[in-house]
Amino acid sequence: MKWIRRTVDSVKPNFGKGGRFEKFHYLFDAFETFLFVPGTTTSHGVHIRDAMDLKRTMMTVIIALVPTLLFGMWNVGFQHYRAYGMEVSLLDNFLFGFWKVLPIIIVSYAAGLGVEFVFAVLRKHPVSEGYLVTGLLIPLIVPVTIPLWMVALGAIFCTLLGKEIFGGTGMNFMNPALLARAFLFFAFPAYMSGEIWTDLSQEPGRAVVDAYSGATNLAIFDENFLEMDSARDMFLGTIQGSIGETSTLACLIGALILIVTGVGSWRIVLTVFAGGYLMGLFMNVLAPADVPLHAMHTPAYYHLIMGGFAFGAVYMATDPVTATHTQTGKYIYGLLIGAFTVVLRVFNPAYPEGMMLSILFMNVLAPLIDHLVIQQHIKKRMSRA
Amino acid sequence: MTKQISIRRGYDIKLVGSATSTLTDLPLSNIIAIRPPDFPLFFPKLLVETGDEVQAGSPLFFDRNHPNLRIPSPVSGEVTEIVRGEKRRIMEVRILPDQKETRYLTFLEKPTTNLDREKILDILIESGCWSYFRQRPFSIIANTADQPKAIFVSCFDSSPLAPDLAFVCSQEPESFKAGLEILRALCQNVHLGVRADDTSDVWTQLPEVHIHKISGPHPAGNVGIQIHHIDPIRKDDIVWYIHPQDLLIIGRLFREGRYRADRIVALTGSCVKQPQYYRLQTGQPLQDILNDQLTGEKCRIIQGNVLSGKKAVAEDFLSFNTNQLTVIPEGDEPEFLGWLLPGFKKLSLSRTFFSWLAKNRTYDLDTNLHGEERAFVLTGQYEKVLPMNIMPVVLLKAILAKDIEQMEQLGIYEVAEEDFALCEFICTSKIEVQRIISEGLELARTET
Repeated sequence: MKWIRRTVDSVKPNFGKGGRFEKFHYLFDAFETFLFVPGTTTSHGVHIRDAMDLKRTMMTVIIALVPTLLFGMWNVGFQHYRAYGMEVSLLDNFLFGFWKVLPIIIVSYAAGLGVEFVFAVLRKHPVSEGYLVTGLLIPLIVPVTIPLWMVALGAIFCTLLGKEIFGGTGMNFMNPALLARAFLFFAFPAYMSGEIWTDLSQEPGRAVVDAYSGATNLAIFDENFLEMDSARDMFLGTIQGSIGETSTLACLIGALILIVTGVGSWRIVLTVFAGGYLMGLFMNVLAPADVPLHAMHTPAYYHLIMGGFAFGAVYMATDPVTATHTQTGKYIYGLLIGAFTVVLRVFNPAYPEGMMLSILFMNVLAPLIDHLVIQQHIKKRMSRA
Repeated sequence: MTKQISIRRGYDIKLVGSATSTLTDLPLSNIIAIRPPDFPLFFPKLLVETGDEVQAGSPLFFDRNHPNLRIPSPVSGEVTEIVRGEKRRIMEVRILPDQKETRYLTFLEKPTTNLDREKILDILIESGCWSYFRQRPFSIIANTADQPKAIFVSCFDSSPLAPDLAFVCSQEPESFKAGLEILRALCQNVHLGVRADDTSDVWTQLPEVHIHKISGPHPAGNVGIQIHHIDPIRKDDIVWYIHPQDLLIIGRLFREGRYRADRIVALTGSCVKQPQYYRLQTGQPLQDILNDQLTGEKCRIIQGNVLSGKKAVAEDFLSFNTNQLTVIPEGDEPEFLGWLLPGFKKLSLSRTFFSWLAKNRTYDLDTNLHGEERAFVLTGQYEKVLPMNIMPVVLLKAILAKDIEQMEQLGIYEVAEEDFALCEFICTSKIEVQRIISEGLELARTET
C-alpha cells in the first residue's frame, strides 16, 4: 500500500493550485479519494464522525444489487438456450449472460462517468458518488438486446439532463436511472418493447423452437392473464424481462441488505408493496363480472411479482434524493407508487411498464407531499402553542 | 413530585477512557488566565490593568452591551499581562495568584439563602456569577430583567465519557441544596432532570423542586431535550438553565459569602493514561492537568466532550464552563480503500460496517472525518437521534435559506447546537450541522 500512497503523493502537486494540471484537480481528487479515505480531520463541531460516508452508502447499494445482477446474467443465458430448446449447465447459462451483460455495464459506466468527469472539470466541483449506483442500475433495467450506443446515449442523457444541470447528486428531482430508461423507451420504442427480451443470437445448427414467444407477462396479461407464467416462475425470475428485474426473490434479498444496513427506507419498500397489493384487491372488487378475463381480475399478488415491480420498489423508489424526505411522506409516496403502478398496468396497456412511469410521476410529486407533511407538522406545533 | 420520562431516540457512543471515581486536588500554579473569547457574544471592556492587585471575586472585565455581566477573577493576586490578539482584541487576562492564601471579596456579611429575589439578583450580578445562567431561546447568557417561566437543571450528562454529575455534586451536597434554594427564589418552577436509574443521595431531600426521572440514550441528558419533554418553549417564552457544577459555585456564594470557582473536571479519552477527576481552579493551565498524562504523539485535546466540546491546545487554560477534558487521537492518516473494508473497529450507526454485530464494545475513535462533505443525500438519519418533535433537515434547510418565519415555525427557539451534535456525528454527507444551527440561532436572535 505504501508505494501506492507514495505514487499518489508524488503526482499530487501537479494537480494542486498552480500545478500543471490544476484544471483536473477534481478529477485527480476523485481517483485519490477512491483509493484512500482522506486524512481530513474534524475542524468545527463534533470531533468524531460516524465511519459511514457516501461512498460506503453507494457501495452498500451495489452490494444489494449483486443478487439481481448475478441472477440476471444467469437468466439471460437461460432464456437464450430455452428459446433454442437447449438444456445447458448453470455455468454455461451464466457465462452466456455474463459476456452479454458485461459490455452494457462497461458502456454505462464509461459514458455516465465521462459526463461526470467533464462536469467536475468544467464546473469545478468534486465528482459525486451517485453514479456508482446509477451506472449499474441502467444495465439492469434494459433488455439484453439493447444496442450499446443506446446504453451510452441513455447514460449521457440521464447524467446530463437528469442530474448535472440541477447541480449533481443530491440536487436532482428525478431518479436518473429511470429517466434514462424512460428516455430510451419513448425515443426508441422499437428497441425497448415488443419481442426483444431474449437474446436470440445464432446457435450453430439450431433454430428457435416453435413454442417460443417473445412476449412478456406484462404484454400477455392484458389479453388473458391466465396465460401468464406461473407465479413460481415469476417469483424466482425465470421469465423474460429486463436484465435485472425478473427475479422478485433476488430483489427481496437486496431489500434485506438495504433495510438491515439502514441505507434503504423500509417505509418505502413496504408501502410500495402494500399500495400495489391493496390496489390489486380494489381492482378485483370493481372488476366487471361478465368479462372473466378482464385484467382487473388478475390476482392482486401477481402485480407484485410481475415485471419490474419488486425491482422498482426496492432499488428505485428508495432513492433517497428523489423520494420524499419526510418520514411520514415516505408512507404516502410508497403507497401511491404501488397503487399507480397497478392502475397504469390495468388501464393503460400501451405502457406495460407502469412501475417506471409511476415512480417518475411520484418523484415529481414528492416535494408536494413533503410540503403538505411539513405544513401539517407546523400546524401541529403551532396548535401546541 | 417525581415524574418519569422515557426517551427513545438517540444513541450512546461508547468510547474508551472513562474517568474512574478518584478525585485529585491540583495545587495552584503560577498563572491563571481568564479568556473573554470563552464567553459567547461578549464585548469585553477591561476593569483592570497590568500590575493591579485583585481579590477572588474582583471583576476583571464586563460586557459593553450588558454592563450587568461582569467576569470575576477566580483567585487573588496580581494582573501580570493582558494578552491581545488581532485588532487589539482582548484574548486573555493573566493573573499571578497568591500562593499562600487566597483573599476573597465578601459579597454577603451573613451568609444565607433566605433573601428576596432582588437582593439575590444583586449579589449574583455583583459577584459575576450571573454569567453562569443561560437561557433558551438562543442558548445565550440569560438576561436579569426577564422573568423566566421555569429554570431547568439537567443533573446528568449523557454525552460520551461524560463526568458523573452525581459524583461531582456529592462532593458538596450542601452547596447544591443552597443553589437550588436560590433558583427557587428566582423562579417558582424549578425542574431537575435526573437519570432514572440514579439512586444517589444527592438528589434526595431537596427543596421543593420538580424532579423528572429520565431514561434513554444520549441526548437525554441535554437540558434542551429535557425542556422539550417537560415544558416546551412556546413563542415569547423564556426559560433559564444552569449546569449543576455552576450551581455549586452559586451555592457556595450564598453559603460562604464569597466567590469560589474551583471546579471538578473529568479527564477522559483514549489518549489519557489514567482517566480520573481533578479539582482545579477556573483559568488554570491545562498543562497542570495534562502533565505526564498523555499517550501518543498526535492528540486532539478537547475542552468538553467529543460532540460539543471546543478544540484546545495544551497551552490553553481551563474555560469557565469546562467540566470535562477529552483527549483522543488525531486521525490524519489517509486510509487505503477505507470505504470498502469490513470495518470491525469503526463505529457507525448504520449497519454498513461489521462492527454493528458487537453490541457492547467500546471504541477508540479518532478525529478523522471518514469521507468528504456532500449535499444532503440520505434522509431519515437525523430523526433517529433527535428526540424532539422537530424535523431536523427541514429546519436546517430553512436556516440555509434564511427563512426566519419558517425557522420559528419549525422550532428554532427550542434548540441549541449541542442538541444536534449527534445528527452531525451520524451525517453521511459530513455536513456541519452544529454550525448551521448556530447561524440560525444568530439570525433569529438578531432579526427578531
